[in-house]
Amino acid sequence: MELSDLDLALIAALADGLPLVSHPYRALGAGIGLGEDEVIGRIAAMRDSGIIRRFGIIVRHHELGFRANAMSVWDIPDEMVSDLGRRLGDSPEVTLCYRRPRRLPDWPYNLFCMIHGRDRESVEALIAGLVQRLGLGSYAHAVLFSTRRFKQTGARYGRPAKLAAE
Amino acid sequence: MDDIDRAIINTLQGGFPICDQPFAAIAEPLGLTGTQLLARIKRLREDGILTRFGPLWHAEKMGGGLTLTAMKVPEDRFDEVAEIVNSFPEVAHNYAREHALNMWFVLATESPERIGEVLAEIEARTGLPTHDMPKIEEFYVGLRFEA
Repeated sequence: MELSDLDLALIAALADGLPLVSHPYRALGAGIGLGEDEVIGRIAAMRDSGIIRRFGIIVRHHELGFRANAMSVWDIPDEMVSDLGRRLGDSPEVTLCYRRPRRLPDWPYNLFCMIHGRDRESVEALIAGLVQRLGLGSYAHAVLFSTRRFKQTGARYGRPAKLAAE
Repeated sequence: MDDIDRAIINTLQGGFPICDQPFAAIAEPLGLTGTQLLARIKRLREDGILTRFGPLWHAEKMGGGLTLTAMKVPEDRFDEVAEIVNSFPEVAHNYAREHALNMWFVLATESPERIGEVLAEIEARTGLPTHDMPKIEEFYVGLRFEA
């Protein structure tokens, strides 16, 4: 899907989220000169094309009680990483799972997943369960707990309406 | 937080309706009116449980750049470097982690080219190398949390 200037204006207007009012799409459009139906049509099109991955509440996992998060990484032979990645990604404990490049010599790992839990012990138990279930025990592995969160603003996209209208 | 708040969080992390009165449309199964649901969502936002209510974007499909970057930051410079890194609006989040590579942040830029520019600026201003690890393959992006 090709994004138009109006779509970019809409994306920018959504940067802080949907207005929390009974007709949110009308309120959103009012700020950028779009009617309610047009806003609904454009947002639905962005959702259907996958530009919007999902639409709803975005939680702060830490405030929700998920106080521990670990980036769990493995060094998996390249010919096996896709298969193991899919199996890890299908596991309910895993909140994100990607293959990324190694950066030798500092970083030998190519399979990354995020595990969130109430506390460190529960995250460690979840990872131990995954290792056992998926037979990951023989691969080099590291678990990087986060010790501080500096920033969680999320990505910001779009172009303000003033520019889009020019 | 009570059971209704938990139900709101567990059911509204996706699939929000795109229609003229979406809050009213989803309030009934939760046993609420649209107005009551809005009031609860506002309170959850004020309490900091929600970052926002709206879309989770697919960076690449929007034509943007996205990458995970790691740095090895000397302990005594950690706060100073974090301040420099966080000053870039393209840094979506940044975590200290337990490893020799001890700072990990996600860059989300409007264009793929901008990734290299931001990393070069960070390296110039901190004097430290960055290790850029863009995804090669995506297996799962759920990021949903049960309340």
